[in-house]
Amino acid sequence: MNAPLLEVRDLGVVFATPRGAVHAVDGLDFTVGAGEVLGIVGESGSGKSVTLRAIPRLLHANATVSGQVLWRGEDMLALPAERLRRLRGGQVAMVFQEPMSALNPVLPIGQQIDEVLVAHTSLDGRARRARAVELLGLVGIASAAARLAQYPHEFSGGMRQRAMIAIALAAEPALLLADEPTTALDVTIQDQILQLLLRLVDELGMALVLVTHDLGVVAETCDRVAVMYAGRLCETGTVGAVFGGPRHAYTDALLRSMPGTGTARERLVPIPGQPPRIDRPVAGCAFAPRCTHARPVCGTERPRLTDWAEGHASACFAADELGAPLVGAVA
Amino acid sequence: MRRISVPLWLGLGILALLLLCAAAPQLLWPTDPLAFDFAALTAAPSWAHPFGTDQFGRDMLARTIAASSVDLQIALFSVVFPLMIGTLIGLAVGWYGGWLDAVFGRLVDLVVTFPFLVLVIAIVAVLGPGLVNMYIAVACVGWVAYARLIRGEVMVQRNSDYVAAARVLGYSTARIVFRHILPNALRPVLVYSVTDMALCILLGSSLGYLGLGAQPPTAEWGVLIADGKNFFTTAPWITLFPGVAIVLAGLGFSLAGDGLADLLEVKR
Amino acid sequence: MTPPLLEADALTKHFPGRRGLLDMLRRRERPVVRAVEALSLDVRAGETLGIVGESGCGKSTLARCLVRLHRPDAGVLRFRGTDVDALSEADRRRFNRQVQMVFQDPYSSLNPRMTVRAVLAEALAVHKVVPPDQIEGRVAALLDLVHLSRDAAERYPHEFSGGQRQRIGIARALAVEPSVLIADEPVSALDVSVQAQIVNLFLELQERLGLTLVFITHDLRLVRHLAHRVAVMYLGRIVETGPTAELFAAPRHPYTQGLLRAVPQMAAGQGRVRRAAAITGGLPSPLAPPPGCSFHPRCPIAEPACSTAVPALAARGGAWPVACRLAG
Repeated sequence: MNAPLLEVRDLGVVFATPRGAVHAVDGLDFTVGAGEVLGIVGESGSGKSVTLRAIPRLLHANATVSGQVLWRGEDMLALPAERLRRLRGGQVAMVFQEPMSALNPVLPIGQQIDEVLVAHTSLDGRARRARAVELLGLVGIASAAARLAQYPHEFSGGMRQRAMIAIALAAEPALLLADEPTTALDVTIQDQILQLLLRLVDELGMALVLVTHDLGVVAETCDRVAVMYAGRLCETGTVGAVFGGPRHAYTDALLRSMPGTGTARERLVPIPGQPPRIDRPVAGCAFAPRCTHARPVCGTERPRLTDWAEGHASACFAADELGAPLVGAVA
Repeated sequence: MRRISVPLWLGLGILALLLLCAAAPQLLWPTDPLAFDFAALTAAPSWAHPFGTDQFGRDMLARTIAASSVDLQIALFSVVFPLMIGTLIGLAVGWYGGWLDAVFGRLVDLVVTFPFLVLVIAIVAVLGPGLVNMYIAVACVGWVAYARLIRGEVMVQRNSDYVAAARVLGYSTARIVFRHILPNALRPVLVYSVTDMALCILLGSSLGYLGLGAQPPTAEWGVLIADGKNFFTTAPWITLFPGVAIVLAGLGFSLAGDGLADLLEVKR
Repeated sequence: MTPPLLEADALTKHFPGRRGLLDMLRRRERPVVRAVEALSLDVRAGETLGIVGESGCGKSTLARCLVRLHRPDAGVLRFRGTDVDALSEADRRRFNRQVQMVFQDPYSSLNPRMTVRAVLAEALAVHKVVPPDQIEGRVAALLDLVHLSRDAAERYPHEFSGGQRQRIGIARALAVEPSVLIADEPVSALDVSVQAQIVNLFLELQERLGLTLVFITHDLRLVRHLAHRVAVMYLGRIVETGPTAELFAAPRHPYTQGLLRAVPQMAAGQGRVRRAAAITGGLPSPLAPPPGCSFHPRCPIAEPACSTAVPALAARGGAWPVACRLAG
């Protein structure tokens, strides 16, 4: 693999709230290479969206970000504001879950694309318009020239998401950060958007970080996956390795809890308990209270990320019990 | 239990002081508010008369305290009746909607076209001056604001799933409206009513000043100010202290209203 | 074959759409959202019927028609053979004791100002399910049934997580001892790790109480796991209905085929899959559904004739009915 485009080292995000500090992300490491698709999965409160927003420093002022976010070797967290602004929307672009709130409702789509082109390219007016038409065509919006004058409310949900992707692509970014881009969409539209993103990754050689809660989306869309729980990285590796033989009790339980093609109407194997609360610090492994493999050490000591194979690492004391292929549970 | 914020404490403190004034005026300042002291006509504030005296030598502190019971009564009655009428109408309009809502809309348009005070003065002018007629006038005009607030809340709550669940469970309309929707629709109204009390004290004082509300010799802050207006240049304290009392009462109700808004906020 | 417990016969539900001032001035007719269009369906005692479709296909409107939250504009809803519309007010309540609903949003479906005890006790008291002195015991029994601890009774909804709230909603529906439960997307607002708990609860309750379940969802994986039979909806109509396993193995309608292809598969070790999108285009507006088969603008095998007549839901030489003139 070539040198990583983005390297996140020991990322931590702490929110100051009236009820005390909330450790939303804690000691996170991952890398993304050019042309690579990384999936970050987790349920609510796992810190996956916060992680994504911390990369281009989009978090609110009550968040304290620690660690390093290396963009081509340069720490984005230490970058002066002016340099960062040129990077954001230029080299690093972002797509959000709710296109309706991410798009400006009172500006035509064409003008919103134009803004990005003005900020990040030296094209003249005529060339910018041509580029905007080209971009809408690229994301599969028909009769693009006419669509440029339309407002977000005149677009359907899927079309809005395409428009937002077009805006993100305007400055030809090398990295696209996508925060649950298809969660608000229907399956058939989700399918179209995911296929569009994959086509763009292939054609433009872009890197993609895809945050989602849907394991199926990861399985079909990503090269590598990072599984998060309560702000921490549980497991990371190629999709095949992680989903084929998980080495973290949480990943394992999550995969087993999904309704697969196993016997219909058989009881599922749920994860007991409720999703974690991150407003109090946890001493050992955050998953231990819900874990069927938990040992005494899990409650006191925090497991370290350990390599199991080339590019497959997990932070779990019970990892040696796991790793067997999930026959039947996943198919 | 939720924490009571500092502004709420402050507001409640002021209101408690006013209540004490109204309930036991003799306890705070034993001087008789109606006793003439011919030795001290329009006397400036002193140890004997901290707020000074008026042209008849009546003690202004005692009169300001005595007026508080009338003004609190105004605050209460000019809010309670519009609140009850407005809530019932708002519930009906919000729940049934349709033509009822259309009629209500026109009625609201009609009422809000006139400034509140002008409309109240017009009605009092027809009915004749006095506190009771003032309450009737305020109720005639004031219910609209409450009904609009309740109507809006009911419209939101009506479409929520817990109301749908109650309907699927076959509950009666009365049960759904009064037991399920009303408690969830009441918060903005209660908050508004407390702030409205501040406005009503101002209104009562204004009408008292104009001679349309409380009638002399009833001590009422607006009446006191009206009494003192001829002596404003020579004895400003006659108008000043009742004015301060009005401001203080207004502040107390406003702070309490804001605090109440936070306290009643429902957790989702 | 057992006779249907709940039966929809050509149900239709339209909603008035919005009309702007300009439309009024131009004397345009008020637009109509055709949420459910002449839809027929039967639910048999003891089974789980899955209803799948994308947002805007009318499945939630159908759910609300089945519990009589909506009064249909046309068509008949029958429960045990009786027309529900013809029932008196008191009998309508008796119908609703039999047919209950579980809602999608665990947050808005519980009254935030009532404790769990108040919610359950109210249902028990209003319908006189048990004498007043036994209400306390029944509340505890209901909490046991949905696996909530008994001290939950004293608490308010905001003190619970989404999954626990959904359990409270299920307990509320079960309080009146219904025979049919209409569940509208009951797990889609929950975290993946909690969904399985609620799915298991449904399976368990069905076994213990002999409940009939109508499970409405956009999640095909869930339907495949839970439902004996499935009905696929598109723009207010059922396009295909049949036994779940067989239908999912060999879907007959092009929409069902595309829908199944669009669902991300978990197949292990697969990684990135590049292919053409399963179904192109978006859902047409229910304000102006396409003429003929409403799927034809997105259909890969559509012929000119598809845009003229609405295809009926019929067997067409197969084992289960399908509404496609090209299926056979």
